[in-house]
Amino acid sequence: MNQHVTAGPADPARVEPTEREDVVRLVDLKRRFGATAALDGVSLTVKKGEILGIIGRSGAGKSTLIRCLNGLERPDSGAVFIEGREISRLGERELQPLRRRIGMVFQHFNLLSAKTVEDNVALPLKIEGRPRAERMARAAELLQLVGLSEKAKAYPVSLSGGQKQRVGIARALAAGPALLLSDEATSALDPETTRSILALLKDINSRLGLTILLITHEMEVIRSIADRVAVIDAGRIVEQGAVWQVFANPKSEVTRSLLGGIRPQLPPEIAGRLGADEGAETIVRIDVAGEAARRPLLSELSAGMPGPFRLVHGGIDHVQQQPVGTLFVAFPGANAAHLAAVIAFLKDRGARVEVLGHVAGPV
Amino acid sequence: MSPVLFELLLRSIWETVLMTGASGLISLVFGLPLGLALVAADRGGIAESLWVNRGLGAIINGFRSVPFIILLVALIPVTRLIVGTSIGTWAAIVPLSIAATPYYARIAEVSLREVDHGLIEAARAMGGNRWTIIREVLVPEALPGIVAGFTVTLVTLVGASAMAGAIGAGGLGDLAIRYGYQRFETSVMVAVVIVLIVLVCGIQWIGDRLVARLDHRG
Repeated sequence: MNQHVTAGPADPARVEPTEREDVVRLVDLKRRFGATAALDGVSLTVKKGEILGIIGRSGAGKSTLIRCLNGLERPDSGAVFIEGREISRLGERELQPLRRRIGMVFQHFNLLSAKTVEDNVALPLKIEGRPRAERMARAAELLQLVGLSEKAKAYPVSLSGGQKQRVGIARALAAGPALLLSDEATSALDPETTRSILALLKDINSRLGLTILLITHEMEVIRSIADRVAVIDAGRIVEQGAVWQVFANPKSEVTRSLLGGIRPQLPPEIAGRLGADEGAETIVRIDVAGEAARRPLLSELSAGMPGPFRLVHGGIDHVQQQPVGTLFVAFPGANAAHLAAVIAFLKDRGARVEVLGHVAGPV
Repeated sequence: MSPVLFELLLRSIWETVLMTGASGLISLVFGLPLGLALVAADRGGIAESLWVNRGLGAIINGFRSVPFIILLVALIPVTRLIVGTSIGTWAAIVPLSIAATPYYARIAEVSLREVDHGLIEAARAMGGNRWTIIREVLVPEALPGIVAGFTVTLVTLVGASAMAGAIGAGGLGDLAIRYGYQRFETSVMVAVVIVLIVLVCGIQWIGDRLVARLDHRG
């Protein structure tokens, strides 16, 4: 089942052989609901052992996408390869053993209220037909992994949200999946619990080498645990790449807006006073990441260029151990020629520079 | 109350318990699968088939529209076919079961329909088939409602069995009519009413306790 299989017969021109290390490969996935296209030609790969985060606003097609990966949803066209096998045309009966290779964690946990915590965790094994002793041993092991051993005999109703999600994660891992799908797993949790659940997922990823695909609408989730991010909007992947690179240099408007909450933004009281006409001060946005953020850029600017400047707002973040910074700098009384020289100076040193506008008086 | 009447009362209690218990059990055995079939075949169900859903629904509605006293008489040929006679306690169990089964199917349907769709989806995502979903999700999650509904059905059957006196089934209702009402034996009437109250309260109490024990939904 998890053998490497060459592409299915659907369309040889479009479907090339799957790389062995791709756990998931989606090719031009399309799905419509009435007049709206939930998925409008999505192509993606998830490599073995990585955490891919898919982010988008609600209604962007995230849920439809993740549900296509285990056949809960059928695409209208396109191909879904799981461990090299095309699954989108399989019947329900053929999908059942395959779904056991894919664990899924849900936003609202979806634990069975009539079963104890250990029976919930053991359910995927019961479905597989494993003997009870083996199921209980595995459940105990997994509850230990998620730190809930003492709740084995409790019913889900007595657990907190974070504990319920830990049970949900243990259950998703029970059958030893090759891929873990997380459908907004932390969206119903408070920030502190969210952090602990994300830490648990990251831990499972590094300890078990488990491939994780998660969907979310929160950039914070992406920043905390994802290796790569894909931004989905109106059923299309508008941008993807290593998280720190997308954070440093977001290309699409959607990404910028989703990043708005956690990246430095020009304070609204300054943004509101910006004009196109030259005034007392010019406000410039400087983005640096990776190497450019490791050098003493501001002291170089101060030593290498005449004229004063002032830091108005900004900050340096660390995403995937890479510095990612955004600085808003005011240049008092700068004329166009001087600004052009400053911009060239900064660009030479790897920074991205954008003149945002001018303000009449000092900010 | 004379010893003869007391003996009659005891026999009537047994007949009522027998009629209620037997037809209750039969309505559970047939009504629960019927309720499952209704939910499974409905739009978005685990075995969607609107044709089956509508067809079953129409048959159930048909049986439920006929007043029980009419059903009792109309089913006499069927009863004779199954039990061999159309008179007596065992004969009454046939129409009682046939009336209670669609009634209970509807009650079970309501409980099964309330099971969170997310749970069914989780079971599907784990690789569960329809049978798994029924056995591990639908029935266990709806069990408190299924038991509560069965309690209601039993209480309803206690009342319905009184009418079965019309085909000589005996039971407490029959005793109350023939002795308590027609022969002015007030003591019999009072005794029957007290026994019925105790019986109904007992069934309800056991049902409620069972539901409380089964319900982990908080």
